[in-house]
Amino acid sequence: MESLSNKKKLIESKPLNFWERAYLPAILSGLSITMKHFFRKPVTISYPEEKREFSENFRGMHSLKRDENGKERCTACGLCALSCPAEAITMIAAERQKGEEHLYREEKYAAVYEINMLRCIFCGLCEEACPKEAIYLDGDIVPADYLRKDFIYGKDKLVEAPLNQ
Amino acid sequence: MELADIIIKFVLIVIIFAISLVVAMYSTYAERKVAAFFQDRIGPNRAGPWGILQPLADGGKMFLKEEIIPTNASAFLFIAGPSLAILTACIGSAVIPWGQHLTIGSHVIDLQVTDINVGVLYIFGVVSLGVYGVMIGGWASNNKYSLLGAIRAASQNISYEISMGLSIIALLMLTGTLSLREIAEQQHGFWSHGWFTWNVFRQPLGFLIFIVCAFAETNRTPFDLPECETELVGGYHTEYSSMKLGFYLFAEYINMFISSAVMATLYFGGYNFPFMHHLGLTENWVTILGVIALFAKIIFFIFFFMWVRWTIPRFRYDQLMDLGWKILIPLAIANIVLTGVIGTIFK
Ligand code: SF4
Ligand code: SF4
Repeated sequence: MESLSNKKKLIESKPLNFWERAYLPAILSGLSITMKHFFRKPVTISYPEEKREFSENFRGMHSLKRDENGKERCTACGLCALSCPAEAITMIAAERQKGEEHLYREEKYAAVYEINMLRCIFCGLCEEACPKEAIYLDGDIVPADYLRKDFIYGKDKLVEAPLNQ
Repeated sequence: MELADIIIKFVLIVIIFAISLVVAMYSTYAERKVAAFFQDRIGPNRAGPWGILQPLADGGKMFLKEEIIPTNASAFLFIAGPSLAILTACIGSAVIPWGQHLTIGSHVIDLQVTDINVGVLYIFGVVSLGVYGVMIGGWASNNKYSLLGAIRAASQNISYEISMGLSIIALLMLTGTLSLREIAEQQHGFWSHGWFTWNVFRQPLGFLIFIVCAFAETNRTPFDLPECETELVGGYHTEYSSMKLGFYLFAEYINMFISSAVMATLYFGGYNFPFMHHLGLTENWVTILGVIALFAKIIFFIFFFMWVRWTIPRFRYDQLMDLGWKILIPLAIANIVLTGVIGTIFK
């Protein structure tokens, strides 16, 4: 049939000639190729001592942000949990009491906020869903651990460090 | 034999045994390092500096693994298999001349456990016994993949032993002796009477056949069909775990060491090195340098085994048999004829 795309290539399958059938020349050229690689610089990056540079839009561990006065931005609206395709986020909301204004920006805040890092697929939808710009996936790679329960990150690991303390 | 001689022999045996084990141990490490370098990687580097404690860690892991003997396996043979494999691998080193002789006081120490006059035949005998370890282990596992692996190993070893034997016959026509010590002595130095003394320069074709067969006998890639993962799970050691598996893998590396030593002795001058008697050194120093030269050759061959492993893909089984029966055996016979004709002309 006529080729429409012009990409068709005819592949000849000639019977092997004597030198090809004798294996040895081919083996020798193979050995020389591998020898070249032997002296090449290894491409290995010895993680964790060395780290590869991340791309700009890399999505790593989540962090719960604070505003310019150091108050937690999250208002426990639950939109992130709702948008999460992996159902990795849970939270318990609480009402801000008198005297806690310096801690939480809104009247409602997340008393408990947990992300299960084993479920999370780092899609970034929680970040997109948040109306308060409270959650960003701007951290590092989530480290390895031994127990499943240790992969459920609470507020102690997620919330940004308080301002200048 | 005097008591002193017996003690010396005993010490020699222990040293050689220890060296074979250490070389085999570090071959596993070298294999991983070499593989890594060929693939532009770094390789194991966490256990100790540059990972040199890796073999110890591997050994410790092997010992601590759960020991499994399948219910339907015949327990005695199941254990006998790996034991036999490692035993036959170790006894091959007895006839290899590791060096000339050391003179300490009034004692002249031969650096060879025993110089039997049929050394080459002894090696062949031991090598063919080696297949029993694989055969018994594969059969006793009561598993079809193990059995297939074992059958492959047996038929492969038998086929390649023939061409190996034939390639050796041509060599023996030149040397006129079966003693490895005498063969090594004949290759004294490097150059005499206008030609190289090492047998590889007189038997290049024989050496080629021998080294191909050595690859097949030690079950190394490209002829590692008995343990071909893609077809046979793990081949003859599919059912093995823990140190019994360790023994099988270890036996392979010892075999590699011994066959490298045999190749170095038969074809590459053994402990001889160029200009060995023009350096003005005492006999003992020449001997020590000779041992180092032999080990350098052995290490090169072990490296070559690994180099080939990480270069060439595995043969198909029918290709393997074709190569053995239709190419290597006729070539080996032609080599014998050629050696005979040339030997007669130049006599
Ligand atoms: S990144 Fe995706 S999967 Fe992970 S918590 Fe956010 S929404 Fe869920
Ligand atoms: S992180 Fe954002 S979306 Fe999630 S509960 Fe808090 S405010 Fe709502």
